Amino acid sequence: MRLRDPANTVSFTFDGQRLGGVAGEPVAAALLANGIKLVARSFKYHRPRGIMSAGSEEQNALVTIGRGAQTEPNVRATTLEVSDGLEVFSQNAWPSLKHDLMAVNDLISPFLGAGFYYKTFMWPRAFWEKVYEPIIRRAAGLGGLSGLRNEDRYEKAFAFCDVLVIGAGPAGVMAALTAGRAGADVILADEDTAMGGRLLREVEQIDGRPAVDWVADALGELQAMENVRLMTRTTVTGAYDQGTFGALERVAGPRAPDKPLECFWRIVAQRSILCAGALERPIAFPNNDRPGIMMASAVRAYVNRWGVAPGKSVTVFANNDDAHRTARDLVAAGVKVAAVIDSREEVAIAGDYPIFVGGQVTATKGRYALETITVSHAGGVREIRTDCLAMSGGWNPTVHLTCHMNGRPAWREDIASFVPTPDSIPGMVTAGACNGSFSTAACLAEGAAVAVQVARGLGRQAEAAVPVADDSAYVITPLWAVPGKGRKWIDFQNDVHVKDIKLAAQENFRSVEHMKRYTTQGMAPDQGKSSNVVALAVLADATGRGIPQTGTTTFRPPYVPVSIAAMGAGSQGKGFAPERLTTSHQVSVARGAPMIEAGLWYRPSYFPLPGETTWRQSCDREVGFVRNAVGVCDVSTLGKIDIQGPDAAALLDFVYANMFSTLRVGRVRYGLMLREDGHVLDDGTTARLAEGHFVMTTTTAAAGLVMRHLAFVLQALRPDLDARVMSVTEQWAQFAVAGPRARELLNSILDQEIGNDTWPFMACGAVSVAGVQGRLFRVSFSGEHAYEIAVPARRGESLFRMLVTQAEMLGGGPYGMEALNVLRIEKGFITHAEIHGRTTAFDIGMDRMVSLKKDCIGQAASRRPGLRDDSRAQLVGLRPLDAAEALTAGAHLFAKDAKAVRVNDLGYVTSVCYSPTLQTYLGMAFLRGGPARLGEVIRVVDHLRGIDAVAEVCDPVFLDPEGGRARG
Amino acid sequence: MGYSGFRVIKEGLFGQRGWKPVWRDPEPKAAYDAVIIGGGGHGLSTAYYLAKEHGLTNIAVLEKGYIGGGNVGRNTTIVRANYFLPGNAEFYSHSLKLWEGMAQDLNYNVMHSQRGLINLFHSDGQRDAFVRRGNAMINQGDDAVLLDREGVRRHLPYLDFDNVRFPIYGGLLHPRGGTARHDAVAWGYARGADQRGVDIIQNCEVTGIDIEGGVVKGVQTTRGVIRAKKVGIVVAGRSGQVAAMAGMRLPIESHVLQAFVTEGLKPIIDHVVSFGMGHFYISQSDKGGLVFGGDLDFYSSYAARGNLPMKEHVMDAAMTLMPVIGKARVLRSWGGIMDMTPDGSPIIDKTPTEGLFVDCGWCYGGFKAVPGSGFSFAHLMATGQHHEPAAKFRLDRFRTGVGLMDEEGTGSQHNLH
Amino acid sequence: MRINCPNCGTRDRREFYYQGDALALDRPAPDAGPLVWDDYLHNRKNPAGETRDLWFHEAGCGAWLVVERNTLTHAIHSATLAETAIR
Repeated sequence: MRLRDPANTVSFTFDGQRLGGVAGEPVAAALLANGIKLVARSFKYHRPRGIMSAGSEEQNALVTIGRGAQTEPNVRATTLEVSDGLEVFSQNAWPSLKHDLMAVNDLISPFLGAGFYYKTFMWPRAFWEKVYEPIIRRAAGLGGLSGLRNEDRYEKAFAFCDVLVIGAGPAGVMAALTAGRAGADVILADEDTAMGGRLLREVEQIDGRPAVDWVADALGELQAMENVRLMTRTTVTGAYDQGTFGALERVAGPRAPDKPLECFWRIVAQRSILCAGALERPIAFPNNDRPGIMMASAVRAYVNRWGVAPGKSVTVFANNDDAHRTARDLVAAGVKVAAVIDSREEVAIAGDYPIFVGGQVTATKGRYALETITVSHAGGVREIRTDCLAMSGGWNPTVHLTCHMNGRPAWREDIASFVPTPDSIPGMVTAGACNGSFSTAACLAEGAAVAVQVARGLGRQAEAAVPVADDSAYVITPLWAVPGKGRKWIDFQNDVHVKDIKLAAQENFRSVEHMKRYTTQGMAPDQGKSSNVVALAVLADATGRGIPQTGTTTFRPPYVPVSIAAMGAGSQGKGFAPERLTTSHQVSVARGAPMIEAGLWYRPSYFPLPGETTWRQSCDREVGFVRNAVGVCDVSTLGKIDIQGPDAAALLDFVYANMFSTLRVGRVRYGLMLREDGHVLDDGTTARLAEGHFVMTTTTAAAGLVMRHLAFVLQALRPDLDARVMSVTEQWAQFAVAGPRARELLNSILDQEIGNDTWPFMACGAVSVAGVQGRLFRVSFSGEHAYEIAVPARRGESLFRMLVTQAEMLGGGPYGMEALNVLRIEKGFITHAEIHGRTTAFDIGMDRMVSLKKDCIGQAASRRPGLRDDSRAQLVGLRPLDAAEALTAGAHLFAKDAKAVRVNDLGYVTSVCYSPTLQTYLGMAFLRGGPARLGEVIRVVDHLRGIDAVAEVCDPVFLDPEGGRARG
Repeated sequence: MGYSGFRVIKEGLFGQRGWKPVWRDPEPKAAYDAVIIGGGGHGLSTAYYLAKEHGLTNIAVLEKGYIGGGNVGRNTTIVRANYFLPGNAEFYSHSLKLWEGMAQDLNYNVMHSQRGLINLFHSDGQRDAFVRRGNAMINQGDDAVLLDREGVRRHLPYLDFDNVRFPIYGGLLHPRGGTARHDAVAWGYARGADQRGVDIIQNCEVTGIDIEGGVVKGVQTTRGVIRAKKVGIVVAGRSGQVAAMAGMRLPIESHVLQAFVTEGLKPIIDHVVSFGMGHFYISQSDKGGLVFGGDLDFYSSYAARGNLPMKEHVMDAAMTLMPVIGKARVLRSWGGIMDMTPDGSPIIDKTPTEGLFVDCGWCYGGFKAVPGSGFSFAHLMATGQHHEPAAKFRLDRFRTGVGLMDEEGTGSQHNLH
Repeated sequence: MRINCPNCGTRDRREFYYQGDALALDRPAPDAGPLVWDDYLHNRKNPAGETRDLWFHEAGCGAWLVVERNTLTHAIHSATLAETAIR
């Protein structure tokens, strides 16, 4: 029922029913205004539930909004804003909210007590997965996802400030004003749609004026300050190290359809002031969960802020003075107060309604909405007709963020709740209700005082100017659970009641953590915000301990649930990792080459020609280019590290297993790099361009790793070495030109002709190509007469086009990764398929490359007996006895007659190809005692692909073992 | 007192009054035949198997807090046997077999659910590595199925297959992989051990290990001296500190690993799914929450909480792999302390001190190992002989280089690349 | 988590690569023997409290840093350039 006529109404639907509401008000308010009480079904017993709170802590009124990919489950109706055309659906009910078949669970609830599932569903064994678990899974859960790919936009952002003020109630606004006036950069964040906190929801006076007017003025002043940023609809969700906070902003919605739906903020603040307020807690009494039973503070919020009466005849049940302001506000708004029940024995209350001092609500009735309550008091038992019961078990300071870094809140007897322990979050101070200071005057004063302290700590002049406000004391006598029969709900969201907690204690789940895990109390979407203190008070009672001894469970981030889409914004589709493109990328794509990912780069798989229908046809042709004419391949993705300085050679001697100081200027050498643990880190060639100038190549995958490694060696291990390293991978475009006609091709484009005498195998140096200064390296990863030519990256594309055109005129052309792989396997060259992290120099037959004449990274550890034991799996080649028989990478090796089981496992295949040159499949493999087995026939089993072949163990260099082709 | 559906109904009718404590809270005795330091999953299962398999019942489990409060109570509940390297392969295979009979053995429903685990791969190289691993699993007698892209699509139609940074090439399905209710495992073993006479002593922190002449004599605790002929250290997350009481320095660095759970949702993810291009693995609990995790935060820590960069990275992975869950909201995140060994594989071994044994270094894979670790550690403690499936988890492998088990190939050292 | 890089000022943890205990700076001689190398490569004090470890400002200036911090609280006390920290 609305208490005043709204200015503008819009229409929205709830379960298809068209309703009127005010844009921007909570859906909960609109539902109450329309007299709708039944909003949801509970998690376990599917009990009818209504609206309980007026904030993000809502336990009951979770709904689903939207359709299709926009479907969003588990939205709190208490924070969801009404907008025109909004579609709201109830959830966890079938076939309808009112007639929910799963409500049968409520009937059999005596058998479904805490942890019942640990004690049954075990026979017959197969039934757990086939019968019981599927039924439980279908019954569980709350709302459902659409099953469709997200189509909405989300964002992430960073913000920095001197002072982050969390919560814009009286304490927060006052703190922001004080810090802002002192000139500090302030962010004031609040999760509500408007700032002011409880001042918007209570009837209060500040400086003799209505509090809402004071709030409006204060916000006006804050908005005018350039050093203050106000963030509404922004919940600070987590506190992390060194002043970092996570915050979720609900950005768009119907207000701004062009904006992202949500933004996840990373806020870095030098100091923070927590003014998060407090949350009212329920009282556990029988059937305290009926629709219409609400928190007293929520009733006041709906009446005072939203102009909605949650009932026609309201009763109030409390153990503190809030009962009376609730009744007062209701009467002032013209709503009937049917009774006020205060559980305290000695309080003086006056009011024009029945008052039950020392009374308790002991029963309620009304299946889908509250109809009556039963009150027990000194004068007897009375049943009272009421459609709304406002309850208050007292207030719990919102300490959650102070616990995110393992802080433990401290019990305060006078307010019967927990308050933050100081310095739980470095740089954070707390003020106001979250600190246990509940009066408006105290909130304002504390907000100002801590802000002065913070501003001064930042070296600023600050003064407190605190307005006058209500300063009445908070008086409470704890009442946790009303005695008597019936289920007294504590965690409404997970359907945990008093008896569950007592059962946990009875079964020795007496630790608060055990109780939580056994009963699931506090594990629902609200993380037990409203239920935790009540639950541990009941546990304390059941175990005969005090509440401080019982302790609390740990509040963990996030304070309110955060969508995966917000925290993972930007990563959907291709945003997960950077895309690195070579200079030849567009040319390759234009030629129809499928591009495959290689260490964040994209590289062409092969270059199909018309008429070719399989990748093998293209690959075989490209191998032929290199073996018979000339092929061109972009190798720019390999890491290139420029190394300069008088001690550059000494650095290389230290990081490579083999010697580099002996390398002549103008020459290239293969290098093997070990990790300090003696295993192979990477390999590649390094060229000496001048006495103190080298350029190192790494594999594509290990480029970053090697760069970091070199920096480590230079800065942390050998600062005595005068050398500098710099990654130049992206500065140079580099292309392999390989094949018997490679030199012919190069001579058609180089400004100075080269010959075998001027550029012998493993020579390097500067060249000029079409007037561009470049570098030429005579190295080969194919075993052919080959070069790599490098030019500044901006010339890469044109050089690639030129090389390909020339190659095609010579009967060759471009080749891709598939052909490159075949070419290197034919030659027995290793890649990261072989140096996979567990490989030692011994395993790949390079043990002797580990020079003992000098110290180097990994040398000492590589001499451990286990790393050079003959029984280790070592690199060999495999050739199937039947050339047409395919080998597969990942197959395992066994003696010819052995069973293919682990104990007989001799090794595994790392790389395979079909060699068009040798017209057979070839494989590279690691085989126990491999070198001693050359010539043996072994069994190659790939269970997964159903392959069981026999192959001959051979030297991994299948082609041109003398290396004449590369030198010629 | 046996658990059964019949008992549940009977107790339901009589107000649940007959349920007894799941374990007792006895006062510690002055001496035991053996003492297990650490009441986590591994410690409790060790005690259970010492009692059940070796008849050693005069033993105590000493827990400084509440039992099951460490990593067994804060993980992503995945149970699998999909290892490649000898040592790991046979151990996890054995452990999975124990899982398969656990509910009946313990008379406690640990909700072991073999819903199938799918490891996705995103390149030819990754496929080859997974094939190598899958074949090792079959060699070991476990199960593995290679799925191509369409095969993955049949199982997991909700993944983002198109226009993504790392297209899905296929997956390795481990049908017997799955999940279990993590807390229940600790409670089930505690109950089983307690029923066999084991004293489970909570709020009893070990402050010293008494050694005389190279032989262990007992432990000092916050509840007094307890003598013991044998002492087992099973304190993941604090292994270094407890081992230091015996003068040992372990090859362990402690790191934080975060995990996440969403609000309850109707069933959408029926398997355990693991992304191949970054650590991300996810399943849905029977309660409906999506349970998922990622990689270590990557800095040594005992804080049992993480920071934003890794949280965001995990959500990033979720959004690129399965944007269908974008509107699910993370309800809670937490962190556990991982005993990271140089090669990523655990240690179950004797120590230089006679009678002192150590079970540690489970890295981020300890949950699935709970039964196997307890079984093998109990065997070692009772017989002095290594249990065959765990015989390669030696402490000295780092010194000798023999039998290193660097499953990921990132190095058998603490990041000293 | 934020680290105060001596070159760049205070930067987010995501700019840094973590390596581990700063004992990595004390590399043994090649002939120091297997026990010394075992300690260097593997065995760790792994303190629950104050520690000294190595971080690389990879997405920043490229400096290797020795960071003094606390593993229980994540408090960071100091960060110095590794090349000046070697004793």
